[in-house]
Amino acid sequence: MNTHSASRLWSAGIVSVALVLALPVLVIAGFVFVPAGDTWRHLAATVLPDYVTNSLLLMLGVTVGTLIGGVGTAWLTSMCQFPGRGIFEWALLLPMAMPAYIIAYTYTGMLDFAGPVQTSLRGLTGWGHGDYWFPEVRSLGGAALMLSLVLYPYVYLLTRAAFLSQSLCVLDVSRTLGNGPWQTFWRVALPLARPAIAAGLSLALMETLADYGTVQYFGVQTFTTGIFRTWYGLGDPAGAAQLSALLLSFVLVLIALEQSSRRHSRYHQTSQRHQAIRRHRLRGWRAAAAVAFSALPLLFGFLIPAGQLAAWAATIAHTVYDTRFLSLVFHSLGLAAVAALAALVFAVLLAYGKRLHPSSAVRAAVRLAGLGYAVPGTVIAIGVIIPFAWLDNTLDAWLRATFQVSTGLLLSGTLAALLFAYLVRFLAVALQTVEAGLGKIRPSMDEAARSMALGPGQVLRRVHLPMLKGSLITALLLVFVDVLKELPATLILRPFNFNTLAVRAFELASDERLADSAPAALTIVLAGLIPVILLSRSITRSRDAHST
Amino acid sequence: MPIQLEVRDLTVAYGGRAIVRAVSFELEAGTIGCLLGPSGCGKTTVLRAIAGFEPVTHGAILIRGREVSGPDHTLAPEARRIGMVFQDFALFPHLTVARNVGFGLRALHRRARAERVDELLELVGMQQAAQQYPHQLSGGMQQRVALARAMAPRPDILLLDEPFSSMDADLREQLAREVGEVLRRDGVTAVLVTHDQFEAFAMADQIGVLGQGRIHQWGTGFDLYHEPADRFVADFIGQGVILPGEVVDALRVRTELGRVAGAHTHGLQAGDAAEVLIRPDDLIYDESSPRRATVVARAFRGAEYLYTLRLESGTQCLCLVPSHHQHAIGDNIGIRLEATHLVVFPRGAAGASA
Repeated sequence: MNTHSASRLWSAGIVSVALVLALPVLVIAGFVFVPAGDTWRHLAATVLPDYVTNSLLLMLGVTVGTLIGGVGTAWLTSMCQFPGRGIFEWALLLPMAMPAYIIAYTYTGMLDFAGPVQTSLRGLTGWGHGDYWFPEVRSLGGAALMLSLVLYPYVYLLTRAAFLSQSLCVLDVSRTLGNGPWQTFWRVALPLARPAIAAGLSLALMETLADYGTVQYFGVQTFTTGIFRTWYGLGDPAGAAQLSALLLSFVLVLIALEQSSRRHSRYHQTSQRHQAIRRHRLRGWRAAAAVAFSALPLLFGFLIPAGQLAAWAATIAHTVYDTRFLSLVFHSLGLAAVAALAALVFAVLLAYGKRLHPSSAVRAAVRLAGLGYAVPGTVIAIGVIIPFAWLDNTLDAWLRATFQVSTGLLLSGTLAALLFAYLVRFLAVALQTVEAGLGKIRPSMDEAARSMALGPGQVLRRVHLPMLKGSLITALLLVFVDVLKELPATLILRPFNFNTLAVRAFELASDERLADSAPAALTIVLAGLIPVILLSRSITRSRDAHST
Repeated sequence: MPIQLEVRDLTVAYGGRAIVRAVSFELEAGTIGCLLGPSGCGKTTVLRAIAGFEPVTHGAILIRGREVSGPDHTLAPEARRIGMVFQDFALFPHLTVARNVGFGLRALHRRARAERVDELLELVGMQQAAQQYPHQLSGGMQQRVALARAMAPRPDILLLDEPFSSMDADLREQLAREVGEVLRRDGVTAVLVTHDQFEAFAMADQIGVLGQGRIHQWGTGFDLYHEPADRFVADFIGQGVILPGEVVDALRVRTELGRVAGAHTHGLQAGDAAEVLIRPDDLIYDESSPRRATVVARAFRGAEYLYTLRLESGTQCLCLVPSHHQHAIGDNIGIRLEATHLVVFPRGAAGASA
């Protein structure tokens, strides 16, 4: 086979894979053109304004929360020296391990009338029911707070990286031109980090739009809860799909924001030459304030809820770890492992194809296949179920007409549909990791190996795979954990009576059986620590590289 | 002229290890000084101490007679009225050229600021790029913007940290001369840090050669080349070889190549063993000379060949010969010593002594 036809084959393969993976999103986007039905008119007249308002307010709240938490801690840990800074540097990522719905019902359990906080408050003051005002955590503001507590690390991570990559000379120049440290922060460091902050914020807002568990549990009406209600309550797939399409347009704005921020940040690279960071040493009350500011998100985003979950899990330890729990764990881990492997295979295929044959069609196809990360699981689930059902029904009708055999539903409601949805949603995670790994292998290395008489297959085996191993394992782990935490798509697509840890934890919590849900939730959190550990290791490495 | 900058007995140490030791020098207003030395000699540390980025362990730094750094106090960089041009220019990528230049002019009113920015851009020849962003400019243009930005607030001292090191080698000298002219036109007092002697010669009035944290010699380029104070300076500046010799009298030394006479007394006793620096231009090709040497290597320099010659004793020396005289390796050629300056050190003196 000559190189030309090999190239065409690769391109055709990659474009078709990308199109299949983009199918759910394309189906939903297609509903923009479907004329509005009765349900839609009903929705638009009644609840739609609430969905829009609540989703926007939620995004506003998360914006404020993650900016304060993320940018503030990024500045402190990268530019100042205070006790515990080295620990905060990685520990501030821990809340990432907490799915928002888990932190939400943990705080509900702690803060509601019968919870430990109000009980001890009453014990201390002697107040009774109705004697005092206590903030209601199950509210829009509460949801924004919960989401901010677990999503600020996105802003923290990217902003911190931006601060560290800023040439110190730029900050020094500002000092020589008559600006003090604070003015330098506001006039130079912050504007330079703006693209990174915007990118981190758009990731956090994508997660906010995708959230179903928190808002459902808190009874806040947003797009995702609306899609569920329209699907299950009103039984109207078209209406649910149209709501999804509207939600998708919100997401597209965020994608555009993120992409343009990343493009912009290239110009904001000031220097290739970095000096060792000279951190500003804080003393006295300033040091204490820095410790407190850094400790707050860590405490409320991870330590307190994790501690509460562990306490609940301990109280029922003797009853819960039975065969049912074990089968739940087995289901979840198995499903996540299969999905992670599939994502890895497709990611390697796409990334490698793009490297070998970087035509514009291939590049566009790979981008398309990677868009799923921004699309809420609810939307993907609806986008999977509609074409699958159509395929099942068409096949069934055809077989019945031709052979008088009924196949029933072959794909819908099976694990295959669920796995496909996971693949669509999380392929980008694996793809980004593999592409980053491949990017580090410079073309000259291929050429050097080829010049030493290695064939393409040998180059892959003896040069690329050894260099890529770390990235491949990282990609596998990241997808694995994401699948384990996934809630809304699993709720919609899982086969009848098939439970995962996330679904079980959410169901038990919704039934106010908070303690019973703790073991499953704690398992998810522990698994969620894996990517956090990976990230903190890379942070520690980059810190060592920076402090010469 | 009044003294604009005084560095007095400056020592900078990290964790007990002195990076800069007892450095002293003064600059009159309107002059350009240069700290010249190999990498790691401490020259950038001196500059950063003057800027206020490095605290001083011992000694003092005075700008216009005011002490800005001492062992127990360091005035913040923003309060010193200094300007600094960095090696990587450090332009603010989020601001246009005009706003970069105007960055330090916040105290001025809009009109005055715009006028000053225009004035500076004209001075460095960058008016047409005022509304462009740094990433749209070439390296040389970025450098001129960085210079304009540092000069805009009319600093008492302008500090330049290896400002030409990212330029092409053949551009450096020309740029250094141009920048020197711009600074002189504006009467700026400046300190340049570089490891490139030709940059230093092209731009500075006064040059201090730094090695291992201390100043070996402070003077003009001409002095450093022709009258190096010690072996370190002799080795670092220009080319040449050291030949053994014997002191004849207060002005003369005998070497294998003949007698070398200087204009100043060298302070050694007649009969003392000595070492004499012979520059390549001190040796002249002369076929009629009885003194012969064998060509060991040659390097084409355009107008000249730089020959490495072996003398009868086996010692090697360097000789510049106009390139229309061609000699092959192995040829025996006649040479004559014609040195106008005598550079002599006691034999066995180490490079670090002074």
